[in-house]
Amino acid sequence: MERSSSSSMELDSDLNLKATELRLGLPGHCGDDDDGPEKSQISSTSPTTVLTIGRSSSGGSNKRSSPEAPSSNECRSQSDSSASGVEFEDRDCAPPPAKAQVVGWPPIRSYRKTCLQQQKRGSESGMYVKVSMDGAPYLRKVDVKMYKSYADLLAGLESMFKLKFGEYSEREGYNGSAYAPTYEDKDGDWMLVGDVSWEMFISSCKRLRIMRGSEARGLGN
Amino acid sequence: MDLSPKQSSPSESTRFPDEVLERVLSLLTSPKDRNAVSLVCKDWYTADSWSRRHVFIGNCYSVSPEIVARRFPRIRSVTLKGKPRFSDFNLVPDNWGADVHSWLLVFASGCPFLEELRLKRMRVTDESLEFLALNFPNFRALSLLSCDGFSTSGLATVATHCKNLTELDIQENGIEDLSGEWLSCFPENFNTLEVLNFSNLITDVNPDVLERLVSRCRSLKVLKLNRTSSLDRLQRLLISAPQLTELGAGSFSEELTLQQHAELKYAFGLCKNLSVLSGFWDASALNLSAVYPACSRLSFLNMSYTALQSPELASLLPHCPCLRRLWVLDSVGDKGLEAVGANCPSLEEIRVFPTDPFDEDMIHTVTESGIVAVSQGCPKLHYILYFCRQMTNAAVATVVRNCPDFTHFRLCIMNPGQPDHTTNQPMDEAFGAVVKTCKKLKRLSISGLLTDLTFKYIGEYAKNLEALSVAFAGSSDLGMQYVMEGCSKLKKLEIRDCPFGNVALLSGLERYESMRSLWMSACNVTIDGCRSLAREMPRLNVEVMKEEGSDDCKADKVYVYRTVAGPRRDAPPSVLTFSGL
Repeated sequence: MERSSSSSMELDSDLNLKATELRLGLPGHCGDDDDGPEKSQISSTSPTTVLTIGRSSSGGSNKRSSPEAPSSNECRSQSDSSASGVEFEDRDCAPPPAKAQVVGWPPIRSYRKTCLQQQKRGSESGMYVKVSMDGAPYLRKVDVKMYKSYADLLAGLESMFKLKFGEYSEREGYNGSAYAPTYEDKDGDWMLVGDVSWEMFISSCKRLRIMRGSEARGLGN
Repeated sequence: MDLSPKQSSPSESTRFPDEVLERVLSLLTSPKDRNAVSLVCKDWYTADSWSRRHVFIGNCYSVSPEIVARRFPRIRSVTLKGKPRFSDFNLVPDNWGADVHSWLLVFASGCPFLEELRLKRMRVTDESLEFLALNFPNFRALSLLSCDGFSTSGLATVATHCKNLTELDIQENGIEDLSGEWLSCFPENFNTLEVLNFSNLITDVNPDVLERLVSRCRSLKVLKLNRTSSLDRLQRLLISAPQLTELGAGSFSEELTLQQHAELKYAFGLCKNLSVLSGFWDASALNLSAVYPACSRLSFLNMSYTALQSPELASLLPHCPCLRRLWVLDSVGDKGLEAVGANCPSLEEIRVFPTDPFDEDMIHTVTESGIVAVSQGCPKLHYILYFCRQMTNAAVATVVRNCPDFTHFRLCIMNPGQPDHTTNQPMDEAFGAVVKTCKKLKRLSISGLLTDLTFKYIGEYAKNLEALSVAFAGSSDLGMQYVMEGCSKLKKLEIRDCPFGNVALLSGLERYESMRSLWMSACNVTIDGCRSLAREMPRLNVEVMKEEGSDDCKADKVYVYRTVAGPRRDAPPSVLTFSGL
């Protein structure tokens, strides 16, 4: 039986297996603890019509739109960074393909969506965190909320501290540079910037530290 | 009644004066009863027409304003609904229609005594609001729900010109919020307000103006503040209006000193008549305890705009022994719902909304255990709306076994096509249990992985079903056919992303004239199918909303409704109208 819209077709081919998969995990994405390359395959072979359940750009009020695409591929396991495996598409590859999202699903009124977002945004207005750099005489402060993505944030830090970060890869962290950006999360652990989704990063980042590359390599492994 | 022997024909001998008939009929208020009455005979039709005071129009395009004004010249109150329900979820283009202005123009001359207007999903401009305010001298009550197209300037004209306003109810609209000045437009001696709901608005109103207004309006029963209203102001308002029956608190997150908390608690304690509480954005646990003294007669608690945690809910509920309706966010978790089951024996309705519908964070969520816990403690439950990420057939069967009186069962498993997470089976048996057990079921929303079997059950058992909402379900045309053949009382059917094609669409040929409307989007219906339908059934309007770049022969979104007004003339270019006329 043919399906009418192409997004439904992708639902069939992409999620047929996944729909019947026994998982308590998060719907609509890779799901397995596989490594990077497989994920990029999923996102690049289904160009415009991958069904990304979870991120909706409808309603005109949802600011979490496609540029955050990497995050929608992530397994949101709270503290275990090794299972997250986000493809850091913003910096490495070509811009992520535009993903069709399920408009109007789940069926929540636009008003309610806006309200909840305002609530979240309102309760975390202006998030200034300290940024220290190894060897620098004093710290700086940045408003993390001003940035829309990792690329943005790193560009800001690069310009503020007059340095260049290396290329991020999941396996090797920031390879090929003297410095690597790290942050302290809610649990007090020092994490490499870029491992988790932007949203999760924003909500858990307490302070930033630009670490010397030699130290940071330990983090990246 | 004077049975004169001169009158020979039986109809004349049982006839009584029109005025008496009208008086008797005016005691019937339900629109359904009135409609039935009007079909008895011409005399009764006429009597009903003259005495009808309230008209409910479920689809503004099913009839024209001229027809309404001509038939009911003395109406005082109109309820009008416009866009299809899926417009709430952004599935309908902005310029689709349902503009109220043409109605107002006709009513201004045809029904000038209009006092009340309640609109849902209509387009309302500031121009229309001004027209309303200036042309209906007796106008008293305005309620706008899920409408769009107006701004706070429109509200200002209503406040300025409607001298006898008793109700201003602005809910969940797409409103352009320019400023809170509109509140200051009520004249200084204006004091008739009974209902004031501006919870939708973001901009600040002048708190002094609000306080003076509230203390002037001694009949004020319903007051719903917006988010920017502070607790300090709330406390003063409560003291000056302890007679309130419904309160929408504003933001509830401020940090209060002990003194302030005590004062707030005292103010809430003065409100002995509160039956409805809502609002409470960002409520902190501490502040919530100030509300307890007001909860003893509470029948409806709407906490769906604040992410309550289970301990907060568990502390609050014992203070609400009379609770019949509860709306919460899924932040309360299964534990919170267990508290509901334990503390709310009179509960009749529960709605659990998702805190993060697009965020797949499993922490804030409820599961099948929650809904079962509620059903165990609340046998009177008859309305449920439940958003969750996992469900089982067994749990649903348990729920309806505990609560067989459901009239509204709306379950949204948020991942489309998700099976029972313990057995990996489709959710067919869940909804089978619902329709088999709940004989009074009027409204059903289904979700999860569903085959045609679900629809077979629905068609076979849900004989009282009036509204059905379907998404990402079914295996073939048969699914929809089962429903069209079996559910003889069906009034509203909305379907999205299902494999139903022209055969399914046309299987309902006989039914659509007794339904309010049918919506089908992202299904397999084609333009030709719609054309056939329109040809066969000339009293239906068959509309197709085309999406950009879609196939020429595909009918992306189909909206079919009965009408006595013919095809509409205000459709935008993206909407194709097919008519058999």
